[in-house]
Amino acid sequence: MTSLTLVRRIRARPSIVFDALTTPEGIARWWGPDDGPVLLAETDPRVGGCYRVRFRMLDGSEHESSGEYLEVVRPERLAMSWRWAGGEEDPGESLVEIELRAIAEGTELTFTHSRLHNEETRRSHEEGWNGALDKLERHFLASSNEGRHDQA
Amino acid sequence: MVKCHEQLDRTFAALVDPTRRAILARLEREDGASVSELAKPCAIKLPAVMKHLDVLADAGLITRSKVGRVVTVRLSPEPMREAMDWLRRYQRFWSDSLDRLAAYAEGKEIEMQEKDR
Repeated sequence: MTSLTLVRRIRARPSIVFDALTTPEGIARWWGPDDGPVLLAETDPRVGGCYRVRFRMLDGSEHESSGEYLEVVRPERLAMSWRWAGGEEDPGESLVEIELRAIAEGTELTFTHSRLHNEETRRSHEEGWNGALDKLERHFLASSNEGRHDQA
Repeated sequence: MVKCHEQLDRTFAALVDPTRRAILARLEREDGASVSELAKPCAIKLPAVMKHLDVLADAGLITRSKVGRVVTVRLSPEPMREAMDWLRRYQRFWSDSLDRLAAYAEGKEIEMQEKDR
């Protein structure tokens, strides 16, 4: 619940996936929440290097995010800080981590976006989440829906 | 906006600890449990439970009320809802991005194999 994790199995070798993640040509082809264009992509994939990506959504709004590469291990692992320019969408800094694992069909990509980036978060990831928390989440969802209903 | 940002950080910081998550999960089953009831199944002592409850209360995840000598604890859903909204926004953002990334990389892989042939 303190982080978002997504897993994709991709029919391509890890080095190809890694380059798609870290090169401006690659990023221009996939970055963003809809099919709107990437307007600018700058990367410097080495520890301490920065990236900056600006994209336009189909509704015409433009957004820019940037950050610093914290870990770069081609073709296995990538960690970077994340911040929105202007901060309207989400002020503050968060952490993006990507693991690439070679599998028979190509690559298993595990993507994590978390709010906190400190030792506690890492520990929390390692411990994982238990079923009780899924139930808790349902509980909160149910009560917040009730809240909305009351306001309507 | 700054306030909202700090609230979110407090919520996530409170949720990081497994004991605090266990307390919240327990309250999900028994909302309005007393502090001493909450401490019972925990392997930790009452003062430690009190400290965890302080963190949860500061993050706005619970409220405490005292009637006589009994302190009861209740869940309050708003900060949790905000935290889940944060996660859902990024889920939408990245889920579509990663689908396109996969399609792009798979196209590159086919190109590469054709070149090798």
